[in-house]
Amino acid sequence: MLIGVPKESFPGEQRVALTPETAGHLQKLGYRIAVESGAGAAANISDRAFSDAGVDVETDVRALYQSADIILKVRAPGEHAELGDEVELLKEGSTLISFIWPAQNESLLQRLSNKRLTVLAMDSVPRISRAQKLDALSSMANIGGYRAIVEAANQFDRFFTGQVTAAGKVPPAKVMVIGAGVAGLAAIGAARGMGAIVRAFDTRPEVKEQVESMGAEFLELNFEEDGGGEGGYAKVMSKEFIEAEMALFREQAKEVDIIVTTALIPGKPAPELITTDMIESMKPGSVVVDLAAEQGGNCKLTRADQVIEHSGVKIIGYTDLPSRMAAQASQLYGTNLRHLLTDLTPEKDGNAVVDMDDEVIRGTTVIHNGKVTWPPPAPKLTAAPARPASQAGAVAAGETAQSSDMSAAEKSRSVLIAAAVGVLAIFAVGAVAPASFMSHFTVFVLACFVGYQVIWSVTPSLHTPLMSVTNAISGIIVIGALLQISSSSGFVMLLAAIAILIASINIAGGFLVTQRMLKMFRK
Amino acid sequence: MNAGMVTAAYIVAAILFILSLAGLSKQESARRGNLCGIAGMTIAIIATILSRDVTNYGVLMIMMLIGGGIGAYLASRVEMTQMPELVAILHSFVGLAAVLVGFASYLDPDLALQGAEHTIHNVEVYLGILIGALTFTGSVIAWGKLNGKIGSAPLMLPNRHLLNLGIGVACLILLFVFLGAGKGFGTFLLVIMTLLAFAFGVHMVMAIGGADMPVVISMLNSYSGWAAAATGFMLSNDLLIITGALVGSSGAILSYIMCRAMNRKFLSVIAGGFGTTDASAAAAGDVEQGEVVPTTADELALQLQDAQSVVIVPGYGMAVAHAQHPVSELTKQLRANGVDVRFAIHPVAGRMPGHMNVLLAEANVPYDIVLEMDEINDDLADTDIVIVIGANDTVNPSALDDPNSPIAGMPVLEVWKAGQVIVSKRGMSTGYAGVDNPLFFHENTRMLFGDAKDSVNDILKAL
Repeated sequence: MLIGVPKESFPGEQRVALTPETAGHLQKLGYRIAVESGAGAAANISDRAFSDAGVDVETDVRALYQSADIILKVRAPGEHAELGDEVELLKEGSTLISFIWPAQNESLLQRLSNKRLTVLAMDSVPRISRAQKLDALSSMANIGGYRAIVEAANQFDRFFTGQVTAAGKVPPAKVMVIGAGVAGLAAIGAARGMGAIVRAFDTRPEVKEQVESMGAEFLELNFEEDGGGEGGYAKVMSKEFIEAEMALFREQAKEVDIIVTTALIPGKPAPELITTDMIESMKPGSVVVDLAAEQGGNCKLTRADQVIEHSGVKIIGYTDLPSRMAAQASQLYGTNLRHLLTDLTPEKDGNAVVDMDDEVIRGTTVIHNGKVTWPPPAPKLTAAPARPASQAGAVAAGETAQSSDMSAAEKSRSVLIAAAVGVLAIFAVGAVAPASFMSHFTVFVLACFVGYQVIWSVTPSLHTPLMSVTNAISGIIVIGALLQISSSSGFVMLLAAIAILIASINIAGGFLVTQRMLKMFRK
Repeated sequence: MNAGMVTAAYIVAAILFILSLAGLSKQESARRGNLCGIAGMTIAIIATILSRDVTNYGVLMIMMLIGGGIGAYLASRVEMTQMPELVAILHSFVGLAAVLVGFASYLDPDLALQGAEHTIHNVEVYLGILIGALTFTGSVIAWGKLNGKIGSAPLMLPNRHLLNLGIGVACLILLFVFLGAGKGFGTFLLVIMTLLAFAFGVHMVMAIGGADMPVVISMLNSYSGWAAAATGFMLSNDLLIITGALVGSSGAILSYIMCRAMNRKFLSVIAGGFGTTDASAAAAGDVEQGEVVPTTADELALQLQDAQSVVIVPGYGMAVAHAQHPVSELTKQLRANGVDVRFAIHPVAGRMPGHMNVLLAEANVPYDIVLEMDEINDDLADTDIVIVIGANDTVNPSALDDPNSPIAGMPVLEVWKAGQVIVSKRGMSTGYAGVDNPLFFHENTRMLFGDAKDSVNDILKAL
C-alpha cells in the first residue's frame, strides 16, 4: 500500500506527519511512501532528507491524494489555499489518519463518511496503558507544556532562577501551574529546570504524587471531592469546590509571577479559573500562559493566538504551541503514527487491517468503510488506580506487621524450648557415654558454636568463596584416611588410599579455586 | 613426632581454620582467610604424616600427588559460571571419602575396643557412613542438575514423604541389628545401609527444584562437614571433629540465611516440590496481562546516555549467556560518562549463594558498587533506568501483591518502582519457579529480546 503525506494546509501549521526516521520504520512494515514536496520544510526536514530515506517526493498534490491508499496528516482536512476542500481531494475508499476532533466537527465527519473513507482520529486514541505509545494528544501536550514555559520566559523580564550576584540578590520566579495533566507536568518540569519555584494545582488528588515527583509543591484545598473522571481526565466540579478553588487562585495570584493554566474538560468549553480581578491583583510584569485558549481559555481575558497586556500583565493565548516546535512535534507525532500503523499491520506485509475487535483500534476509528463509528464504547479501565485498594493494602500491611510480632514471640518461645531440649539431650548423653567420648563431645559442641558465631556476619557477596573454602577444609577427612593407610589389612589400606586420593582433589581444588576467585574481587 | 606434638599441631591447625572462616566474612580479609586455611591444612597433614601411626609413605605420597594434581587442574580450568557445579562435585568427594574411611575403620583389625566404647564406635561408624553416603549421591545429583545433565524440574514420586520416612526408619532398625551383629554380618548390614543412604541422597535432591539450588548446595556443604565430624568421633580425632563441626554449622547457617532470603521454611525446601502446588491456581486467577513493549539496543543506548543513575540486576540468565564481561564493559563506559551505575544482587540470584558476585568480580566489576537487595531496594524508586539481565523470579512483583503466587512473600527487588525497567531476556518463558511475571507487562517496562551477551554487545556498539 502507498502512504501519502501531504503538506499541512492550515495557515501557520509547521508540523508534518512523517520524518525520515519514521519513514524507515514504515518501509520495514512493507509500505511505500510518497511525501509532498516541501512538506517538511517548516520542520527543518528537506525533500532531500526524505528522498535519502527512500521516500518518493511528489510535487503534484492532486496526484498524491489520488494515488495514496493511506493519507497521514496532522490537522483535520480543511480548506487548501489553491485546491479548495481537502475532503474532495481524498480518494474514495482510502484511509485517513490525522487529528479529527469528531465531537466538534460533525459536518466534517459526515462529509468524510460520504466519501466511504476509513478514518482514524489521533485525538480519539483510548486512554489505556496499552495505547500510550500512540497517544498523540499526550505527546503534543508534553510539547505544549514545555513551550508554554519558554514563551512565558520570553515575555517575562526577569530570571527564573534565584541568584546572588555581586550586583545584588535576585529572587527566584514563582510559577503556578493549574491542571497537572501531561502539559501541566511538562510545564512544571521545564520551569523547575530553569530554576523557578513551582506550585501546581489539580482537582484530582491522585496526581499529587506526580506533581511532587517533578519537584513542585502541590496546592491543596481543605475540601473533599475527587475530580477524577473517566479515562484519567478531570470532570466538572461542584459549586462549593469551585468557590474554594477560586479563593486559592486569588490568593496565589498576588504572590506568583507566572501562571500556566491547562485546565480542560473533554467536550466542554474550558472552565474559567482566572478572573479579571485576579489578573489585576498580579504584579506588573507577570505573565499568564493559557493553554486552553482554543477552547475559550481558562482566563477571562485570553484572546486566542494573541499576546495581550492588561494592567501590566501579559496574557499569552497561543493555540499553536506544538507547531512552534515543529521538528520535535513532527518527530513525536510521526512516531505515534508509526506505532499505530505497526498495530494496523500485524503481518508486516504493507497492508493495513482495521481490526474492530482490538480495543485501541476500535476507539481510534471514527469512520469505518464510510460508516460513522464514533463515539466508541467506553474504555474498560481508567488510568488511575482505585483508591480503596491502596487503603486496603495499607490495612493488610498493618495486619501482617502484627502477625510478624506474634511470630517473634512464638519464635523466642520455641528457641527456649529447643535450648532446653538440647541441654537435656547433652545430659542424657553424658549419663551413658564414657568419659573419653564426652571430651570429644565437648569439643564438637564448642566447635559448632564457634562456626555459628564466625559465619553469622559473613557478607552475601562472599558466600561462594566461603562455601568453596569450607569445602576445602572439609577435606580434612584426609586425616582419617592417613591414619588408616598404614593398616595391616590390605583391603583397609586400599580403601584409605582411595579416600586420600579423592580428599586430596578436594583440598587442592577447593583452596586453589577460592584463591582464584578472591583474586578477582577488587575494590 | 610424639602424640603430644601432634595434638599441639592440631590445635594450631584448628585455630587457623577458625581464622580462615572468620577472614572470609569480609572482602578485605578474605584472601588472608584462605591462606590461613591452606596453612592449617598443611600443618594438619604434615603432623599426621609424621605421627608414629603412619608408616606407609609411598602409597600415601602417590595418592596425594595425583589427587592434588587433579584438584589443581580442575581449579585452574573451571569457568566462573560453572562454580556451582564444581563445588557440588567436590562435596561429593568428601562424602565418598567419609564412606570409605568409615568402612576402613570398621574393618580395621588393629582396633580392639570393648564394651560401651565398642558400641559407641560402631554407632559413629554407622553415622559417618550414613551421612557420607547421602552427601555423596546428593552432591552428584546436584552436580548433574546444575550442569544440565539431569532436568532441573523437581521429581515428584508418589508418597515421597512416606518413602523418606521409610528409609529413615529402616536405617534406624538396621542400626540396632548392626550393633548386635558380628563383623561379617555387620559388614553386610553396613553395605545395605550405604545403599539405602545412596538412594535417599538421590531422592532428596531429585525432589528439589532448580530455583532452590543455592540452598541445596549450602546444605550439602553442611552435610559434608557433619560427615567429617562423625569420622572424627569414630577415629577419636579432635581436629576432624572441630573442623567438621565448623563446616557443618557454617553450612547450616548459610542454608538458613538462603531460606530466609526466599521467605521459605528450611524443612519445606528439603522436602522439595517448590512451585508445583499453587502454580495452576495462580495461572487461572491471572487477570489482566496487558501488552509487552519491545525496545531496541539503539533506543536503550540513547536512554542510557541521558540517565543519571542506572541499576543492573543480573540473574542466572547472565551466567548462562556468559554476559558478565560485556556487562562490565558497559558499566565502565557508563561510569566514564558520569552515570551512577550500581548492581543489585538478590540473595538467591544464580545457582549458588553469591554466584553473581563471583561472576561480576571475574569481569572486574568493583565490589563496592555491587549491592545487596536490602541495601538498594529503597534507592530503586529514585533510579532512572533498571536493566534486568536474565533475572526473573527475583524481580517478580507478584511475590508481594499476589497471595496465590507460589513465590508469595519472598522478598524481591522492587525494580518496577524505577523510572524505566529494561528486561533483557531470550523470550517470554517463565523463570525456575514457573510463575508468570507481571513485571513484563508493566507500563514502564521495555523488553529487550535476545541473548543477553548479544544484547549487551549491541548496546555497547550503539553507545
